[in-house]
Parts: sequence; C-alpha cells; structure tokens
Amino acid sequence: MKNPERILVAEDDAEDAFFLKREFAKAGVPSSLHFVRDGQELIDYLEGNDGFADRQAYPMPDLVLLDLKMPRLNGFDVLGWLRQQAGLKRLPVIIFSSSAESADINRAYDLGANSYLVKPHAVEELSAVVRRLKTYWLEANANPDSFDP
Amino acid sequence: MPEQAVILLAEDREDDIIIIRRAFQQGGIINPLFVVRDGEEAVAYLEGRGRYFNREEFPLPGLLLLDLKMPKMDGFEVLKWIRQQRGFSSLRVVVLTSSDAIRDVNVAYHLGANSFMVKPMDFENVVELSKVIHDYWLHKSKTPQASREPNKGAQKPRADYPG
Repeated sequence: MKNPERILVAEDDAEDAFFLKREFAKAGVPSSLHFVRDGQELIDYLEGNDGFADRQAYPMPDLVLLDLKMPRLNGFDVLGWLRQQAGLKRLPVIIFSSSAESADINRAYDLGANSYLVKPHAVEELSAVVRRLKTYWLEANANPDSFDP
Repeated sequence: MPEQAVILLAEDREDDIIIIRRAFQQGGIINPLFVVRDGEEAVAYLEGRGRYFNREEFPLPGLLLLDLKMPKMDGFEVLKWIRQQRGFSSLRVVVLTSSDAIRDVNVAYHLGANSFMVKPMDFENVVELSKVIHDYWLHKSKTPQASREPNKGAQKPRADYPG
C-alpha cells in the first residue's frame, strides 16, 4: 500500500498557498509540497515542459490539489486534459475550491475529480480540512502508481 | 430525501458483511446501510430495477462501498458501468477490498474509483477505517446525495467536506 509522497498544488492566490503550506507543516504532513500558479503551469509541470524538465526538482506528483478559478487555464480545463492522458488518468485529483456551487461540484465530478473539498475562509477551519485530508488521502487511502508520461 | 445519506455496500462474503455492519454500529455510524451481494445486484439497485424499483424503500446511495471480487459481475465491471451512466458520474465510489495488489489499485482508479481502501484484518481497524470513511465522505449527513437519478434531472450534489 502506497501513500502519496509528492503533492502538487495548483493555486493562483499566493496568500492561500502560504496558509495551506503552513497548515500542512503544522499537521506534520511528511509529503513534499510543490506549487504551481495556474492551469497552464500545472500542465507544463506534468509534461516536464520549459522550466519543469528537472524531475529531481519537480518530481511527478502522486496527488494533486486543484483550485478551480485560476487564470489562463482553469481547474475544469486541467481536469478534462488530465483524464485524457493515458498516464495521468488515474492520478488522484482533489478539487480545493472556495466555490460550494452545485454546478461546479457536479462538473468537477463529471470530469473525473476524485473528491471535492470546499476551501474554508477561516484559518481554524482550514487546519481541520487539512487534518482530514491527511487522515484520508495520506494515511488511509491506497494510492495508485504515479506515472511519468 | 432521507435525513441520512444511504451507504450501499456491494459485498458477497457474509462474514465481511457482518463485520462491516458491526463496525458501523461500534463506530456510531447511523447512516442506513444497504447490502447487495454481487455486481449485477449492485447495478439493479442503482438502476432501480426488479425488487429495487421503489426508491422510497431503496434510495440512491450517497456513497458506494464496492468489493472487487464478486460473482456474476465483479467490482471493476460495476465501476465501468457506473462511469458510463451520465447520472452516476458524481456517485462517490470507494473500493473496499482485501486486495492490496497495485495492479488492482491502478485499474480501479483508471476505471473511475474515487478512492481505494484495503480491508483491515482485525476488527478494531475495521471500526477505525469505517469512521475515517464516514467522516470524510458523509461528514455533513444532512447534505443530500451526490448521485442523480438517471434521466430524471439533477439532484443537488454535495462536496465531501463542505466548509
């Protein structure tokens, strides 16, 4: 049984990224965290394009945390792209978005998201969500093999 | 709409059914638990076919716990079927099996499983795992089901941990 060791977070808001990083550290998450700022950068990272060719510095993730509302390519575009890539089809993707709208939740699942977490506004709540995420996805859940296309 | 989201368990082994039922009890999980004993029955339940025609009696589940090795139609085939149904694209499916073979894990995700859990050997850990699953997927039990009745318009979806 494998637990994710490398988490890739797509988050365009620097402040959200900062707090998320802090909460992961506080929760004692042993996995390494890598950040990209929009959907296009996420695709570049996964494909190893441009600045992301070095797999030592930018390892293939075994879990993705994906914001929905991002510049250039949004989370839906990324999901649609991901699930069409043979090697990335099974990569677990958790939507982490401040939107709690039915239309967004439905669409994310339709496009193949594994789970949908609503990003809380308060920092105390964020720490509860991160602990829950850790317990479920980093400890209890069996993860598939990651795959470098 | 039931107050508590229904959990559907697809499992052919009677011992495992008893253990999971008891673990739910011990873990204080009060969601109604419905059991189907093979893949064909799982599909019949989801489609509301045969003895499952009455949705009042057999409501659409908010979560499916799916064993892989089952007679007639196995868990992989059920998964494949579910992801081909438009109405069930947001049905959360957690594979719950005794296999931890990486091949099974890979194939299950490939076919659209939301998550993959290995059944623990001892009872205490089954209780713990039941709590983890419940806590993550059904935390806010008042929220309605994710699955939508095929061809009957959308029900309200839900997030896994609404803030």
